[in-house]
Amino acid sequence: MKKGTENRTRGVLKRISGPVVTAVGLDAHMYDVVKIGHEELMGEVIKIQGENIIIQVYEDTAGIRPGEPVENTGLSLAVELGPGLLTSIYDGIQRPLEVLVDKMGNFIERGVSAPGLSHEKKWEFVPTVKVGDVVGAGDILGTVQETNIIHKVMVPPTSKGGKVKEISGGSFTVEDTICTLEDGTSITMLQRWPVRVARPVKEKMNPDIPLITGQRILDGLFPIAKGGTAAIPGPFGSGKTVTQQQLAKWSDSEIVVYIGCGERGNEMTEVLTEFPELEDPLTGRPLMERTVLIANTSNMPVAAREASVYTGVTIAEYFRDMGYDVSLMADSTSRWAEAMREISSRLEEMPGEEGYPAYLAARLSEFYERAGRVENLNGTGGSVSIIGAVSPPGGDFSEPVTQNTLRIVKVFWALDAKLSQRRHFPAINWLDSYSLYLDSLTDWYDTEVSPEWNPLRAWAMAVLQKESELQEIVQLVGSDALPDEEQITIEVARMIREVFLQQNAYDAVDTYCSMAKQYDIMKAIKFYADLARVAQAGGATPQQIVSVKSKNELPQIKFIKDYEPVLEGIHKEMEAEFDAIRAA
Amino acid sequence: MKEYRTITQIAGPLVFVEKMEPVGYNELVNIVTADGTVKRGQVLDTSDEVVVVQIFETTAGIGRDSRVRFVGETIKMPVAKDMLGRILSGGGKPIDGGPEIVPEKRLEITGAAINPYARASPEDFIQTGISTIDGTNTLVRGQKLPIFSASGLPHNDVALQIARQAKVPGSVEEFAVVFAAMGITREEANYFMADFEKTGALERAVVFLNLADDPAVERIITPRLALTTAEYLAFDLGYHVLVILTDMTNYCEALRQIGAAREEVPGRRGYPGYMYTDLASIYERAGIIKGIKGSVTQIPILTMPGDDITHPIPDLTGYITEGQIVVSRELHRKGIYAPINVLPSLSRLMNLGIGEGHTREDHKKVSDQLYAAYAEGNDLRGLVAIVGKDALSERDRMFLEFADVFEDRFVRQGLYEDRSIEGTLDLGWELLSALPVEQLVRIDRELIQKYHPKYRKKAQE
Repeated sequence: MKKGTENRTRGVLKRISGPVVTAVGLDAHMYDVVKIGHEELMGEVIKIQGENIIIQVYEDTAGIRPGEPVENTGLSLAVELGPGLLTSIYDGIQRPLEVLVDKMGNFIERGVSAPGLSHEKKWEFVPTVKVGDVVGAGDILGTVQETNIIHKVMVPPTSKGGKVKEISGGSFTVEDTICTLEDGTSITMLQRWPVRVARPVKEKMNPDIPLITGQRILDGLFPIAKGGTAAIPGPFGSGKTVTQQQLAKWSDSEIVVYIGCGERGNEMTEVLTEFPELEDPLTGRPLMERTVLIANTSNMPVAAREASVYTGVTIAEYFRDMGYDVSLMADSTSRWAEAMREISSRLEEMPGEEGYPAYLAARLSEFYERAGRVENLNGTGGSVSIIGAVSPPGGDFSEPVTQNTLRIVKVFWALDAKLSQRRHFPAINWLDSYSLYLDSLTDWYDTEVSPEWNPLRAWAMAVLQKESELQEIVQLVGSDALPDEEQITIEVARMIREVFLQQNAYDAVDTYCSMAKQYDIMKAIKFYADLARVAQAGGATPQQIVSVKSKNELPQIKFIKDYEPVLEGIHKEMEAEFDAIRAA
Repeated sequence: MKEYRTITQIAGPLVFVEKMEPVGYNELVNIVTADGTVKRGQVLDTSDEVVVVQIFETTAGIGRDSRVRFVGETIKMPVAKDMLGRILSGGGKPIDGGPEIVPEKRLEITGAAINPYARASPEDFIQTGISTIDGTNTLVRGQKLPIFSASGLPHNDVALQIARQAKVPGSVEEFAVVFAAMGITREEANYFMADFEKTGALERAVVFLNLADDPAVERIITPRLALTTAEYLAFDLGYHVLVILTDMTNYCEALRQIGAAREEVPGRRGYPGYMYTDLASIYERAGIIKGIKGSVTQIPILTMPGDDITHPIPDLTGYITEGQIVVSRELHRKGIYAPINVLPSLSRLMNLGIGEGHTREDHKKVSDQLYAAYAEGNDLRGLVAIVGKDALSERDRMFLEFADVFEDRFVRQGLYEDRSIEGTLDLGWELLSALPVEQLVRIDRELIQKYHPKYRKKAQE
């Protein structure tokens, strides 16, 4: 990457202050990766001030002294991309944690490096192009059966491409040459890509397909599009992590990248023990087979936490380039922002709001902008959807990370501590949340679910809105004082909340709800509401209407797999009961 | 070891020293004052000209004539099995008049992070004998579950009761308590010590005492010494260790004090921007490791300034720990012990440690139902204040009543009352049986048939 030979690649340490160190006597460019001290700790250049090269270090710096050597590798912080990514669990700088346990035991010591991919393992490569074919940057050369997912081996996006001179199938490691071009370029299955640079695409497309998650409040009321961005802000204990994990489990993307950024160690263990046992509802294979985990827990080095979201999004983009739909969950972006703040304050930079660096907004928008549904260089279509959790201090949404995030993302799922205290899960507030993709997704719901769905959704939202207005009155005068018609509205809204919105993540059936079932449930509630309105117009009292027994059976269908016959029975009973009311 | 007399500046707990040879970051420093007293400190910032040292004790007596010795290694804690039953200062020196501890190992006090891949999932139910914890906010081995309290509330009693009664039903494994006091009063410390002695817990406890009049900066290392000891007992010797850290608020104050002395850019309310990371380096030192017998379970105690749960200390803590037990002033005023408000309390690992094979199959559902019914009854209290009890419907009155009975019987218990988990769950059923069966929507019918007192009686007849 460097020109000339007069570059001084070795220097010495001058100052150490926590994760930030200063070196002198070497030439460096911004974001070059350097090795620090005798133990060769990994670091990255983040500031250059005359002779002083300022470096953030990805490992603990205790005991490192001024005068120790510093070596510039001349490379940017990059990840290894190729077969072997799936089912892996990495730290923030793509060191495989499983390998680290073998190398240094149960605790993370420093100075140990390990490549992101196994360089020994052999993969069965099947070419899809022939000798003489002309290939360009990003084109697919062949495939490897990685898990049940087919890994597509591509020409690196930086290559000029050319005519294929040699290519053959067989067993190869990621470093073996699998293809040679006429100009002499040899291509391996391994690509290295700098994490802070977005991988190139041909064109960004409009997001008009929803990411189906099996969560009723998300798919039904506040959908995110494939290639879209969403934020889940919520105070602690409001179920942020459970929601993120539900998305990682059930969203209908082919690949999931889950970044545990500055979060709890035990939570990552939960993911690690659960995912291999859970089945992907689409393929029936273990969820782990389509998952890449990045775990940089809160007590692992802060600079590696800063890098972890970039590592994750780069891996996501790589799978997108193969033509897959990828979901990226970042839990939590607030910890990432805090890592930036910590580094920034060590650099003695002028702080912006609440001590966060002035470039916070720019970094956040750069990150979310790497989402999108795209046409790849090789002509395939793929997407990266980014769902970022935000942990606002004190649950205060006016703080800088939440505010800067909301300016960029299109979907907002507002978690509410009050709802979770009531054990209403998922604790997503239906009045504060929004999705800006509704318009672009209308056509999809019309054709794929039912032309009735969009009006049904609008009806449900209107009922919930009306309920919140009525509740204010109820709080003052009690529910008996409301007009008959509005007492029924309150009852219908309660049904929408308890039957449709509440969903049990721990129930084997209810944890995933198909769009068809969501439609049927909502339609059943509307069915009751319509019958109730007719009955009320015919003179029935609210007590009569509310005490219809068959509606109490509705919540049960959430927990029944083949619910259709039961639901039909409920419909019939409901009609019969209302007929009886009318007759009386 | 070279000595320097090159102190250039002393500001608060920080001493600036010019030196000639390289000094490592985070290394231990001894400063010898004119009268021969040795004060310990740690390198906070090192460059080829100046070293910034943070002194753990008072800087009284340190002057430009003091001698500075750079020890050449980071702070290490000598650990041994013999530490059980000993009382140490907040800096790790024996203060019980006993002999020096003969170390079996010397360990870095910062402690490396457990590799998430090496962690085992915590799932052993710990019975504390307190219904509001066991029943609705279950503690499991390897968890970190703080007590959020405020000044004037009996959090110490709750912590002591947990330490006294905590056990894993049906297991006879060795367990130990590591107790670290940071900035608490002598009186409070005596209260803890008296209880430890009375119950014989002291024999299997290691006590670290940094009292209110001990140097504030020492509080920075006290929890780290305690956790290093706990990790040694757990992961080297196979003990199940319960670590009680009190009071984390004092720890954070000390952190702020150092931040201010270093003239750092402050974050919220003057606390340093890295407080989350710093607290994580303490709280995350809990857990279980695959293939190793012992475990570290943490119960940090903190007092919320102004009863404010959104204050940075409880707030950041809540984001790191696996839930929280909230002590309520309202319940305390009503004269209810243990005054734990279950509504804002939470145990994130509860679901891993309850149910069939751990406690009882109905545990989760009973807990959910108790929560929902109590929350509803509690909401109605607000309404009653406006419209009066008479304006309530029959159903609402029952829930209102339930909330009162729940507090009076489920929450209220004796300081020495050790309830079994079966007892707690049966009590829950008894209270729920006051509500009509069709209102128990969170519990499936089979469980109601099996455990509801109404049906149980029938079955017995």
